[in-house]
Amino acid sequence: MSVAELQRLARRSPRTPQATPDNKAALAFLGPWVLGALALTLGPIIASLYLSFTDYNLLQNANWIGLANFERMLTDTRLHHSLVVTFVYVLVGVPGQLLVALALALLLDRGLRGRAIYRSAFYLPSLLGASVAIAVLWRLVFGGQGLVNAMLGLVGIHTTTSWIGSPDTALGTIILLHIWTFGSPMVIFLAGLRQIPVELYEAAATDGAGPWLRFRAITLPLLTPIIFFNLVLAIINSFSSFTQAFIVSGGSGGPSDSLLFYTLYLYQEGFSSFRMGYASALAWLLVLIIGALTAVNFWLSKYWVHYDN
Amino acid sequence: MTTESTTRSAQHDVAATARTAPPEAAPRSPDGRQVRQALRRGAKHVLLILGVLTTLYPVLWMVVSSLRPDGQIFGNPSLLLTTLHVENYTYGWTALGRPFSAYLLNSALVVIGSIIGNLVSCSMAAYAFARLRFRFQRPAFAYMLITIMLPVHVVIVPQYILWAQAGLVNSFLPLIVPKLLATDAFFIFLMVQFIRGLPRELDEAARIDGAGHGRIFFLIILPLMKPALATTAIFTFIWTWNDFFSQLIYLTDPQLYTVPIALRSFIDAQSTSSFGGMFAMSVVTIVPLVLAFALGQKYLVQGIATTGLK
Repeated sequence: MSVAELQRLARRSPRTPQATPDNKAALAFLGPWVLGALALTLGPIIASLYLSFTDYNLLQNANWIGLANFERMLTDTRLHHSLVVTFVYVLVGVPGQLLVALALALLLDRGLRGRAIYRSAFYLPSLLGASVAIAVLWRLVFGGQGLVNAMLGLVGIHTTTSWIGSPDTALGTIILLHIWTFGSPMVIFLAGLRQIPVELYEAAATDGAGPWLRFRAITLPLLTPIIFFNLVLAIINSFSSFTQAFIVSGGSGGPSDSLLFYTLYLYQEGFSSFRMGYASALAWLLVLIIGALTAVNFWLSKYWVHYDN
Repeated sequence: MTTESTTRSAQHDVAATARTAPPEAAPRSPDGRQVRQALRRGAKHVLLILGVLTTLYPVLWMVVSSLRPDGQIFGNPSLLLTTLHVENYTYGWTALGRPFSAYLLNSALVVIGSIIGNLVSCSMAAYAFARLRFRFQRPAFAYMLITIMLPVHVVIVPQYILWAQAGLVNSFLPLIVPKLLATDAFFIFLMVQFIRGLPRELDEAARIDGAGHGRIFFLIILPLMKPALATTAIFTFIWTWNDFFSQLIYLTDPQLYTVPIALRSFIDAQSTSSFGGMFAMSVVTIVPLVLAFALGQKYLVQGIATTGLK
């Protein structure tokens, strides 16, 4: 290689203006984001990690207490209870919601008249489901004098037991509320179904495959990436579920703590009892749980998600 | 979109028909087949309409109940109205410390601030990530993606301490400033994806004509990314309007109560009296959501379908 060639290569190295021409412009465009990233996310992440090893309570200075917060977790029965409540909610609510979403997406997939109207109608609960208004409604629908008991009365079952006031059924009502908001995964499924090439169905039909076989051999495998995507999202989101359990239980966690969702417990510890050190530790446990579940999900996906190359 | 899918399923139906009636089989008349198909379609519609009614029944019952006198609300699953008890609305409007319009106004302020914040800050950041080359670009982008996955609970305690020390708890700033600083990374990602889909030749042509990044952003990219901006605006609206967690934490002064917090105090204050008023105000708070849905449905559906937003 001649010197001239080397010089030419050197001139083309990443230090030439072409490779990094935009630093100043980037700083201008990213200014707000950089400020937010430092002051409102990265700083707080570090602070939260530090606080989780302290007894900070907003009034006094934080004292380093080592692993005491995490040791407390081991014996904190309310925490254990909240984990059970949240896991039941996720394990029943997420598959339940996705099954309903998938079933309706399949019904709506073919060139059905009024498809857009059905889609909008089924989506509406997703739009409203997170609101306080719907949580208020749920309180009254499942209350002792509520709508559900009134309907049971019509078929001869007379009861004034509140579904929300009873520890055995309270969580069920919130799971039902979660399943009720099946509209958004349904829309994602519909988009996924549209990606499946028609030719596949045509070829399968020509070969004599019936509707069930076509579903099992074409629709389901090609939809697995979407199912996986919905599953990961739904698990992450439902661990953060807060409003409904808070409103329905009046912030208390419900009868016998049957509605003590993880985030509700975190809120009580951090913002009612002002045990902010412990609340920070709880937040990190939540990150670990969500992270671990997502990792397991990705690992399991090798065995059932079909990726088309 | 709909046309596409209609054509597709029309073909699909043809294929299905070809299979159910192979030429060598069945001396059935084509008329019988058509009748059976029509019946099937009819059954499907009946099923779907029942599904829609079941799904929407609780909401419809709430709307109907908001127009009934208290005595008629409970034990009455019917959706038929015999009276129009609008007094619920006038009563509910003034039942709390302040007229309900004050809470609606507070929510509107937070929502508008959040929408402006997200549109401005996220679009700027997205332009930088999608079109500029700069130092630390990869780690910055990776960090941005990580913050999408980060549960808000990890940062909420230190953020609260920060705002408390600044004396700004009980103001709208803790709710709006984070949006002005592009902390809703999901929208940055959405917009980055969108900008990457725009042809680079447009930028390059403008650059040859002497335009700087500011002009390219404002005059070329921004007008082209209207769909992404609309999706961001509508989701910011819905999320902020419904947001309970952070508004509960930062707003304890009744003067500043937003709609979700006001509704919640309704429960505490009225635990047994006037359910009608509570229903009426609940209906009032969902009207803006339904309107936003009706107006922005296209962008909403696109947003969910492409990114999994809720």
